[in-house]
Amino acid sequence: MADPILTLSGITKTFPGVIALDKVSFDVRPGEVHALVGENGAGKSTLMKVLAGLYHPDAGAIIYQGQPVQIDNPLAAREKGILLIHQELSLSPELSVAENIYLGAWPTNALGVLNKRKLRRDAQAALDAMGCSFGPDDRVGTLSVAMQQMVEIARSQAFSANVVIFDEPTASLTDTEKDQLFTTIRGLQRQGVGIVYISHKMDEIFELTDRITVLRDGQVQGTVTTKETDATAVTRMMIGRTLEAYFHKADSTFRDEVLRVEGLSLKGQFGDVSFSVRQGEVLGFYGLVGAGRSEVVETLFGIRKADRGTLRWQGAEIPLPTPRQAIDLGMALVPESRKEQGLVLMMGGMENTTLPHLASYARRTVMDRGKERATFDEYKDALSIKTTGPEQPVSTLSGGNQQKFVLAKWLCAGPKLIILDEPTRGIDVGSKSAIHTLIANLAERGLAVIVISSEMPEVLGVSHRVLAMAEGRLVGEFEGEEMTEENLIDAVSHHLARPAAE
Amino acid sequence: MSATTSITKAGGHSSVARLLMRNHIWVFLALTVVVFSASSPYFLTVNNLGNVLTQAAFIGILAIGMTMVMIDGEIDLSVGAILALASALAIGLQDHIGIWPAVFVGLLSGAALGFLNGTLVALSGMHSFIVTLGGLIGIRGLVFIYTGEDALMVSDFSYTDYPEIYLGPVSLTAMIFIALALFFQWILSSTRHGRETYAIGDNIDAAHDAGINIKRHKIINFTLCGALAAIAGILLSMRLGTAEPNAGKVWELWTIIAVVLGGTRLQGGYGSMWMTIGGVLTLAVLRNGLRLLNTPNYVELMVMGTVLVLALLIDKLLSRQEA
Repeated sequence: MADPILTLSGITKTFPGVIALDKVSFDVRPGEVHALVGENGAGKSTLMKVLAGLYHPDAGAIIYQGQPVQIDNPLAAREKGILLIHQELSLSPELSVAENIYLGAWPTNALGVLNKRKLRRDAQAALDAMGCSFGPDDRVGTLSVAMQQMVEIARSQAFSANVVIFDEPTASLTDTEKDQLFTTIRGLQRQGVGIVYISHKMDEIFELTDRITVLRDGQVQGTVTTKETDATAVTRMMIGRTLEAYFHKADSTFRDEVLRVEGLSLKGQFGDVSFSVRQGEVLGFYGLVGAGRSEVVETLFGIRKADRGTLRWQGAEIPLPTPRQAIDLGMALVPESRKEQGLVLMMGGMENTTLPHLASYARRTVMDRGKERATFDEYKDALSIKTTGPEQPVSTLSGGNQQKFVLAKWLCAGPKLIILDEPTRGIDVGSKSAIHTLIANLAERGLAVIVISSEMPEVLGVSHRVLAMAEGRLVGEFEGEEMTEENLIDAVSHHLARPAAE
Repeated sequence: MSATTSITKAGGHSSVARLLMRNHIWVFLALTVVVFSASSPYFLTVNNLGNVLTQAAFIGILAIGMTMVMIDGEIDLSVGAILALASALAIGLQDHIGIWPAVFVGLLSGAALGFLNGTLVALSGMHSFIVTLGGLIGIRGLVFIYTGEDALMVSDFSYTDYPEIYLGPVSLTAMIFIALALFFQWILSSTRHGRETYAIGDNIDAAHDAGINIKRHKIINFTLCGALAAIAGILLSMRLGTAEPNAGKVWELWTIIAVVLGGTRLQGGYGSMWMTIGGVLTLAVLRNGLRLLNTPNYVELMVMGTVLVLALLIDKLLSRQEA
């Protein structure tokens, strides 16, 4: 077996309060496709950024072509022959294909004048080597996503890359485009390029890669040969947890059905999803990232338009709502990315709380500050939010307290169903348990609650019933005694292990 | 790897249609020229068109620098004030140090202030809108202090002879404008610095990842913008023979309007000097044509405001169609 072209040994990287990478060791051989898998927050992107020279490790060594090296910045990485293909493509849409391939390294004469002929010729050679149908003069903005990706990959030819790192390259590709990408990757492989392939998709990993390294919580869980393992084993390595936490499960009685969903489908995202949730019940949605959980609830809330499916709200069939109609019905969606979608960070807590309900806090058009203040105080106490006052900008609060304001904002509308998408992501342990208690309180007050979480102990701990999702399908429903980590892992990994049917 | 050949190119417009869409301002300019030619017998004369070009030159030279800064995704509001300062220095100093040294100092002041703008923007991370808004106010204050609130008069009248140099109907001022515009178009399209300007304005993260020195790059463009504003100021002082402390007031706005009208994107990453020349000429033709028709001044402003919004609306519709 060939010697590794790139070896990382004992790489450690800490950020304030977090160890993102803990003595990570990892290597790539020439002509090998090496998968790097792990859940969100496992440390994949940090590791990748270390390789690309965007982060500098606190400890550990990078050995490249037998020599210890230091990678100062992305350009240095590229000049050494280490190329990162970003998930969100790193291209300038207004520039030409040739200019993008050589971005930052354009050939010039002594006066800084571009040598356009050389630029074109070299780019054409790189494109020819990849079998691309477009030319060096095409403007990148006019190309499809798949072609833009080819432009990035063409940099591997232009800079004679020895190592190419792909970060979730198939995220926005169609099936045909994916096959073409795989052909290209195999071509690179034949040239002896070492390839790091980061993905959540088990079928791709087992189709394409030679070895798999699993990261969890910043540590390497193991490196295995792809032929000698299966998706179940890899999934177990990814999600098996040891951390035990205390969870407060709602002690509530289930009453009338609030929402029933039948055969909800959205092409390319999820298909044939059916479930129901009752008053006082906490329904958990478990699945790996990309399983389609967020997409399902966003569709319920009208943010995405479903292709098929019926909704019954409190027993009556209703058309799929718009977000405004969903709010009026009594649905509340607390999104995963609270900064982007949930809060106006420059505003104070009080203004954030009343933002979606301004009409009920205004006399004609003038705001009733007293009434707003009363609501603010009510929720500040109920959720024990730590803030200096109604005016303190929420940007200055901790993640946990921000999340509580997002909750307050939706609760003060008096919803009947509240959907929480990853309610504790990025929150410290103390606030986590406060949020869990809060979820229980909501159910005890008679609300129907849907909790989406990738953290298995959390979803098992707070829910009365858990639905498992994988690749846009419901793959299992567990209640009472059946709600165990084993069952959830089995449901998800068996689905992922099965050969792709589509 | 022949499989990739089935990926086809997106967008089906012919290259001519695309060219027209991307340079819609020239179509618009042609329309205005046709309209004014039909409505005024004085418009389509060699003399008048030469005049239009001269009138356009001052905003035009400011617009060249503004285009560089704007493609970078930044803005420079201080160009009007820099113009006034350079014009005041060029006239005020020539009795002491001679004409050409005074002109040189004027130029240098513009470049230095542009450098200061760029350095503040690049190193502090403040938005250029704020930095150059400060420049707009502060530099204007400096002009008033230097001139003592009165217009400075030129004493050596040979200085005012230069704008009288004509090549046929084209004045020296207009020739300098055209030459600078062509030169900077060449910079944009053919030099590494120019192409990096687009890369930075288009996708600053990609540019940074590619190892482009964004800070140095922005400082250079602000310096160029300041120096060009000073050139416009010096040419103005030659033409008028005086340096008014209020010279170039709100010209920064007309400059931005001309550049945006041309089609250069306010958010950066897209634009060219061809577009800017088109925008500058359209503004100048509109103004000249409306005056020939004896339109009252406030009506002129109304028409120009409407035209600006309309032109940008067309731009928006076209770019949506192209996408």
